[in-house]
Amino acid sequence: MGILPVVLFVFFVALVLALSFYFASRAKSASGYYAAGSRIHWGVNGVAFAGDYLSAASFLGICGMIATAGYDGFLYSIGYLAGWIVALFVVAEPMKRLGKYTFTDALDAKFNHRGIKLTAAISTLVVSLCYLIPQMVGAGVLVTPLLGLPHAAGVLMVGAIVITIVATAGMTSTTYVQFIKGGLLIVFSTVLVVAVCIRGLTPTPDQGGRVPFRQYRTLAASVKDGAITVSDSAWQVAGVKEAKKMSFARLVRDGASTWWKVAGDPASGTVSLLETQSGVTQQGGAQLVNGTPASRENVLAPVGNMEVIAGKTGAEARTGPIGPFKLLSLIGDRQSKVRQWKEIKFADGADKVTVYYPVLTDGNRILRPGLQFKVEGTPLERIDFASLMIALFLGTAALPHILIRYYTVPSPAAARKSTIVAIAAIGFFYVLTLFMGLGAMTSGVINLTDNNMSAPLLARSFGTFLFSMISAIAFATVLGTVSGLIIAASGAVAHDIMDKFAGVIKSDKQKVFAGKIVAFAVGFIAIVLGIVFKGVNVTFLVGLAFAVAASANLPAIVMMLFWKKTTGRGITASIIVGVVSSIGLILLSPTMYELYGLDPLSAPIPLKNPGIVSIPLSFIAIVVASLLTQKSGKANQDADG
Amino acid sequence: MLHEPAAKTGKDLAFAYKRRLGVIMFIVYGAIYAAFVAVNLVKPVLMETVLFSGLNLAVVYGMGLILLALVLALVYNRACGRREAAMSGAGASGAKGAGR
Repeated sequence: MGILPVVLFVFFVALVLALSFYFASRAKSASGYYAAGSRIHWGVNGVAFAGDYLSAASFLGICGMIATAGYDGFLYSIGYLAGWIVALFVVAEPMKRLGKYTFTDALDAKFNHRGIKLTAAISTLVVSLCYLIPQMVGAGVLVTPLLGLPHAAGVLMVGAIVITIVATAGMTSTTYVQFIKGGLLIVFSTVLVVAVCIRGLTPTPDQGGRVPFRQYRTLAASVKDGAITVSDSAWQVAGVKEAKKMSFARLVRDGASTWWKVAGDPASGTVSLLETQSGVTQQGGAQLVNGTPASRENVLAPVGNMEVIAGKTGAEARTGPIGPFKLLSLIGDRQSKVRQWKEIKFADGADKVTVYYPVLTDGNRILRPGLQFKVEGTPLERIDFASLMIALFLGTAALPHILIRYYTVPSPAAARKSTIVAIAAIGFFYVLTLFMGLGAMTSGVINLTDNNMSAPLLARSFGTFLFSMISAIAFATVLGTVSGLIIAASGAVAHDIMDKFAGVIKSDKQKVFAGKIVAFAVGFIAIVLGIVFKGVNVTFLVGLAFAVAASANLPAIVMMLFWKKTTGRGITASIIVGVVSSIGLILLSPTMYELYGLDPLSAPIPLKNPGIVSIPLSFIAIVVASLLTQKSGKANQDADG
Repeated sequence: MLHEPAAKTGKDLAFAYKRRLGVIMFIVYGAIYAAFVAVNLVKPVLMETVLFSGLNLAVVYGMGLILLALVLALVYNRACGRREAAMSGAGASGAKGAGR
């Protein structure tokens, strides 16, 4: 670890904290604390929107997923950006016109219904917590290579800094932190993409000569009576394991044992053994990496390269500097082949083994859907994909920390304009994610145990400065987004529940104080969850948060704005059904079963993404409950104030 | 106990127009997005089709959706701005006329 990453990291954190203390004087009133006094310029707010939205999921998660699953990761970029259309055309101006500090304000503006106050606040809390988890996981991921600290330390650090920011200055400082960070993220991501294009493609990436390209060996072997014998007698076969219709041989040489994938048909009498990488946890807890004890020096080698570039191999395949579209066309060429890595886990006696083995994927498969999402799989797998795309499209306009940003500008027109600035900034960034992800995929920088670090590690392949800047900005990204989420959550508890629902807040000052206390509590919970969910792809986690938001909030917002028969009880029912069904489906999904340590195939709900079920359920709930309560509820008036 | 707006905004005379336009544009974009998802689901191989400069349908359609969002947003903002200006002008001249 060099001194530069630490210096830049400390500089960014100090800048964020200095902004917080500078703006602290503006956060004395509730309006100042929760809505930045509605004095933010729409241009600043637009970039701050981008800062809020381009969270750990976008930068770390999407790039990581593109690096390992190609175009399927880019589908998240497309879905996330498309969601802003809903925000602009349907939600932006009415939200600004109807609300004050929280999303609940706008929903409840026409009804003054206790059920809405309570359920919308709880929904805000739930969605904010779901969204907080991946941000905290991202923080832990960042500090390990940047500062050499363990995952938990990163999560704790973010928690402590964010609580300080939120408790000090609220929405004003959060807005300016997001503005600066959003701008820097886009600028330096552009620099990274330009660097990727200038370096071009090569089958033997060596990170500019910094890290020698590692060639993986293939050994010839014979098979007789089911026993494998390696042609090179220096290698002894110590055992063979079958897992998921594949065979892996444990070979011993010079006392070290390594795992090799068996390729070819054993019935023919000869097979090839492909070198893999492996991690082994022995009985007693000792860790081995590639056959020797794990240490700071002995870790899994970074991977990812093109074996064939548009039909060419070796030195003649090197492209030199190329344009961005040429880069895409070469990677996606039918005659290109990308070396990807898959993971498999099995037990070998008392040892727990994880083997990472290479597979060659055709270029045309990389740049179309199918590597992550089973769009050619069973009907259920296709429904799962559709469910995700629906949630991404409908989730943005229902995220509480995005919605509260509409209250920081002075007018509905400013809300509209700031959304357009956000679309421009976020759209441009999402185009960059494709190049950053593919750059990582072909540059030999992917960390086999955690693809979330692909973009920062790609930056490191260009030198310490770019890596340090990108990582420090990414860390500031997490800080800003977590701050916004905690403010949304604290507003839900202090403003919606304690003040409007329970009536226990007696003054503006008390409301700000209560918000700060809640910020501490939510920050603590976020720290714990960030440690628990270590290792899960952060953009996948955010996809789930979108599903909860789209199910719990969007039907209520849309029907409140467009259906005059909507009642307060209808909205309450919709939120309850949306939250319970989406969370329930997630908790019983294969993904969660895997986290519980259970067999994912035994999960009672086969869907990984709940939106396709929970969003319609929430719409049905609001229609049925509103029709049943027409006499007791006020019909919604035209939302035009 | 009502949740009052953060800032008092006057009567928005262009509201109905903006809402109608917003819904129309949402439906247009939503349909194009739905078609994108449908192609991915029904015939994902079609996404491999190279359209121009070596770029396939998946890349062009995906980036096109991002670009289209920005274009529609700009068109929407211009239309809304013009209507707001026209309505506020009409409102002002109406008020002037009433004052005579």
